[in-house]
Amino acid sequence: MSAEIERVFSQEYGRAVSVLIRVFGDIDIAEEAVQDAFAEAVRRWPSAGVPPSPAGWIITTARNRAIDRLRRESSRVDRHAQAALLHADAEPAEEGAVRDERLRLIFTCCHPALAPGVQVALTLRLLGGLTTTEIASAFLVAEPTMAQRLVRAKNKIRDAGIPYRVPQDHDLPERLKPVLAVVYLIFNEGYTDGSREDLCGEAIRLGRVLAELMPDEPEVWGLLALMLLIESRRAGRTTAGGELVLLADQDRSLWEVALIAEGQEIVRRCLRRNQPGPYQIQAAINAVHSDAPSASATDWWQIKQLYDQLLAVAPTPVVALNRAVAVAEVDGPEPALSLVEELNLNDYYLFHAIRADFLKRLGRSDDAAEAYRRAMELSRNPAEHTLLEGALSHLSAGAGQGGESRRTSARRTR
Amino acid sequence: MKQYLLSIYQPDGPTPSPEALAEIVEKLDALNAELREAGSWVFAGGLHPPSSATVVRAKDHDFLLTDGPYTEGKEHLGGFTILSAPDLDAALVWARRLADAVAPLPVEVRPFQ
Repeated sequence: MSAEIERVFSQEYGRAVSVLIRVFGDIDIAEEAVQDAFAEAVRRWPSAGVPPSPAGWIITTARNRAIDRLRRESSRVDRHAQAALLHADAEPAEEGAVRDERLRLIFTCCHPALAPGVQVALTLRLLGGLTTTEIASAFLVAEPTMAQRLVRAKNKIRDAGIPYRVPQDHDLPERLKPVLAVVYLIFNEGYTDGSREDLCGEAIRLGRVLAELMPDEPEVWGLLALMLLIESRRAGRTTAGGELVLLADQDRSLWEVALIAEGQEIVRRCLRRNQPGPYQIQAAINAVHSDAPSASATDWWQIKQLYDQLLAVAPTPVVALNRAVAVAEVDGPEPALSLVEELNLNDYYLFHAIRADFLKRLGRSDDAAEAYRRAMELSRNPAEHTLLEGALSHLSAGAGQGGESRRTSARRTR
Repeated sequence: MKQYLLSIYQPDGPTPSPEALAEIVEKLDALNAELREAGSWVFAGGLHPPSSATVVRAKDHDFLLTDGPYTEGKEHLGGFTILSAPDLDAALVWARRLADAVAPLPVEVRPFQ
């Protein structure tokens, strides 16, 4: 039973909170009401059984609970409670609105008037139902700091009048960008920190919600496919001991076939639609990797073409760096090296790791070792550090054997 | 309807050339006319430089006057617009227009209580 309630919680929390925010016009009242309703479910469902429509039950219970509470409080001349009650009278609390309430809430949480870090925290809190403690630990901030950030954000939404509204069509492309960025940031947070797999799952779930709610936005599908394809390699990406395994060295039989199939099917549909964007192109690149039965069978030429496209729509140094990896496979390490030397990415560990790989392949072992050391200084977590250390010791062991011995080191683990 | 204060911040130092200023004033006049037509206009005005300011402070039963602005900084409030709008998004549409008129100066949007 508790597993069932947990399932309903993770699937329906965001929907219930968004409906209740519309009903009461207040985030705090909505959150409290939904938490009350779940507490009630924990008490009642084990004996009474799960109701036929769990989400509907939660929403109705939450609404009634909140109205009872507000009536008690409004007798103490609380204008805020009175306003919320008035609001509630005018708004029906139906579960299945014509357009899903969660969509309004996502656009509110990711409003450009809120700082990006706050957008992420609010989205996880209000749509994902994560507790302040969970969000704080995911982003390595003290819990009081995170709590304060959330309170400030909620106050700003109320005081500045940030609307609960899906932007109009002509604003949608611009407003969709921070929404997709937030979901991808949540995914990457879970990806970088191996102990936060749940964030990847949460991001994919949000991606599915977005795709369900905005099926005509190709970039929404692109992002979902990208996350599915990266996620499909989770089992192959680390050893039992928790060490990172590079893409080229991964045991491809560990990749999750169902996720690959789903991601590739979405990529194919995006290609047919032919309205490419950065997420769709990155998804397509990952789909090419997923297609290859072995690392050596990878169609690097196609990957390079896709990176050319990506660089045209998203001309950032990081994209140029990743493109250079494909260039090295197609045209060799020398032209690839001269491409990366032009990039201003001195503080990015992958810049040095990738440079090191090219240098090694050119037989310039001393320069390669220097670059590996710099990458190690800048690496973000112990697993990356260990991987680079391995590449460095491999380098000194294999020194003098020529550059093409083993091309481990630089390539991404994705 | 909520009300919003749109503040224009400008760096201390010389003012723009008369031609540049005339262009800004023309844009601001057009924007204010549109605000009035939309029924959103509450108030708008430009300010003399901070050196013209006087600060008043009540102390015991007396008032203390000081010459000059209350805070010294590299920037100062150059002018402001007060408008009414249904929500922040609507206020931001006007704020963009104002920022365009006074570019590259920043415009701060703050809600009234």
